[in-house]
Amino acid sequence: MKTLTYIEAISEALWEEMERDKNVFLLGEDIGKYGGAFKVTKGFHEHFGEERVIDTVLAENAIIGAATGAAMMGMRPIAEIQFADFVSNGFNQLVNNSAKIFWRCNIPVPMVVRLPSGGGIHGGPYHSINPEAWFFHIPGLKLVAPSTPYDAKGLLKSAIRDNNPILYFESKFLYRRIKGEVPTNDYTVEIGKADIKRNGNDISIITYGTGVHWSLEAAKILEEENIDVEVLDLRSLIPIDKEAIFSSVKKTGKILIVHEDTLTGGIGGEIAALISDNCFEFLDAPIKRIASPDTPIPFAPTLEDHFLPNTKKVLSALKSLAKY
Amino acid sequence: MKNKTTKKISKTYLIKKNNHISSNMKLQFYYHMQLMRKFEETVFKLYRQGKVVGGAYSSEGNEATAIGSAFALEKNDYLFPMHRDIGAHFVKGQSVKNLMLNYLGKSQSPARGHDGTGHYADMKLKIFGNISPLGAMIPLANGVALASKMKKEKSVVLNYIGDGGSSIGDFHEALVMASVMKLPLILIIENNQYAYSTHISKQFIVEKLSDRAIGYGINGITIDGTDVELVYKTTKDAVENARKGNGPTLIESVTMRMQGHAIHDDASYVPKKLMDYWKKKDPIVVYEKKLFAEKILSDKKKNEILSEIQRQLDEASDVALNSPFPVWEDANEKVFAE
Repeated sequence: MKTLTYIEAISEALWEEMERDKNVFLLGEDIGKYGGAFKVTKGFHEHFGEERVIDTVLAENAIIGAATGAAMMGMRPIAEIQFADFVSNGFNQLVNNSAKIFWRCNIPVPMVVRLPSGGGIHGGPYHSINPEAWFFHIPGLKLVAPSTPYDAKGLLKSAIRDNNPILYFESKFLYRRIKGEVPTNDYTVEIGKADIKRNGNDISIITYGTGVHWSLEAAKILEEENIDVEVLDLRSLIPIDKEAIFSSVKKTGKILIVHEDTLTGGIGGEIAALISDNCFEFLDAPIKRIASPDTPIPFAPTLEDHFLPNTKKVLSALKSLAKY
Repeated sequence: MKNKTTKKISKTYLIKKNNHISSNMKLQFYYHMQLMRKFEETVFKLYRQGKVVGGAYSSEGNEATAIGSAFALEKNDYLFPMHRDIGAHFVKGQSVKNLMLNYLGKSQSPARGHDGTGHYADMKLKIFGNISPLGAMIPLANGVALASKMKKEKSVVLNYIGDGGSSIGDFHEALVMASVMKLPLILIIENNQYAYSTHISKQFIVEKLSDRAIGYGINGITIDGTDVELVYKTTKDAVENARKGNGPTLIESVTMRMQGHAIHDDASYVPKKLMDYWKKKDPIVVYEKKLFAEKILSDKKKNEILSEIQRQLDEASDVALNSPFPVWEDANEKVFAE
């Protein structure tokens, strides 16, 4: 094992997959010599050359469209969208082309779109969003959102090897803030499998991405009050691991859903409906959600701190659930 | 104002005088233009009988553009046709039967009933049928061109867009990318005067749509899209240029949509005078006269061609009508590839 930051884990996965398969290539804005806005691809240009590390024009529909067309040809493109917010410019290509081509034409579209997502970096309304819910609704796209270096590397490798269009939501808040153990040998994390990040019997938190860290901190604090919290990290949003969700519900009977994305129309609502449909008789309390409020993401530190979920908010929701 | 770019454009696009077209090829042009028109007439008939669902689109007036350009491609080149280019599918090797099955949404059709009309893709024939909105095809065509270039195939990609489709942002984004990356892309704007009911006067104010090529620093030319031989020669030139690694070309092919947007649309918004003008330029009628004058076509040969086309259409309709529809269970399982 070795210790890597979250961003190093992403870089390593890209590097190793490019070494492994010559059909894997990268395209995106400023990813070449500059190494990308967040330096995920630093050194790639020199090693793999400009044909496989392509600096593109600043046009997201063209980037995602080109990735989709190349994927239909059997290449394995990985498109970097500089900030996940900008994926709205490539929305049509993703939802009308990438997502539908296999179903319409029986031609696989093995591509990955990397989406540096989320707030907490004072990026303001245009550099901070979590757009996963826009795509959660689209049949034909797979969505993954790692929370640890281990999952970041393993899920990215699986995504690159998968024969479908995959949106890879990477938390730029976590990039250099967390470190974790990662195997030195080649490994993958299966897409569609959730992971119990902490075992517990009293309350289940269902979460992903940054939410995992607030949840683990809150669970740790509640140890002192003898409240035993389970933290289920979805890791994949589509396909979603229903079995893992239902089995955790059946174990604890109390559910808190945590995500950084805003509340209304967020994927927490769908998870709540799945639980209600399938595990109603196992519930001992209403399903609770912690998410960001329904406003654009604010810039000023005072406002952003108020906007984002955090350990304290998770803790307070857990305490109210514990009372049932 | 003249600059280097405009000079380059006019110099590049002298149509090669030695670009000889054999009698056999001329007959092929004629055959395919007739097949295209008769195929759509058959589709319209089946639509009125309730056998074709959704919509039926006529390419009447566009036959020379679709056929002439498609003939400029080699087997290893890629075709991204739109709904006014049905004949281009046949030139590229698609069977009449397969396309008829697709129009009827049958399970044996290329799109397996998951989609209809010309909406399908066939990797072996290198045909990527139309996507709606049409402009969304161009970034995808870029991707195919890019991958083909990476694989060192020496292939080119031919994509079509309408006058209306040239307004969407994808058009700009894709041409910016294609020009910078020198992708082997030929984009033909089929300027057929109307986008649904919207006249070109409400779509652009440039004199020629090919003038937009200047803004991308690529080759551009505007041609009479009813002249099949001119379309062929122009496209061939652009294809050779792209194959040499000189990047994309924008061709504006000026035609007329002789019917409504689709079968439900009577095109009553089109002035009669405009229609009358273009009727005289019917690409099939004009070309037929030319081939008769050149003694390449005779009454006997014409009848042979028309009855062969009819035979194929009857056979294809018969197969398609008697073929089963798909079932939900098969469709439901195919959202993701394994």
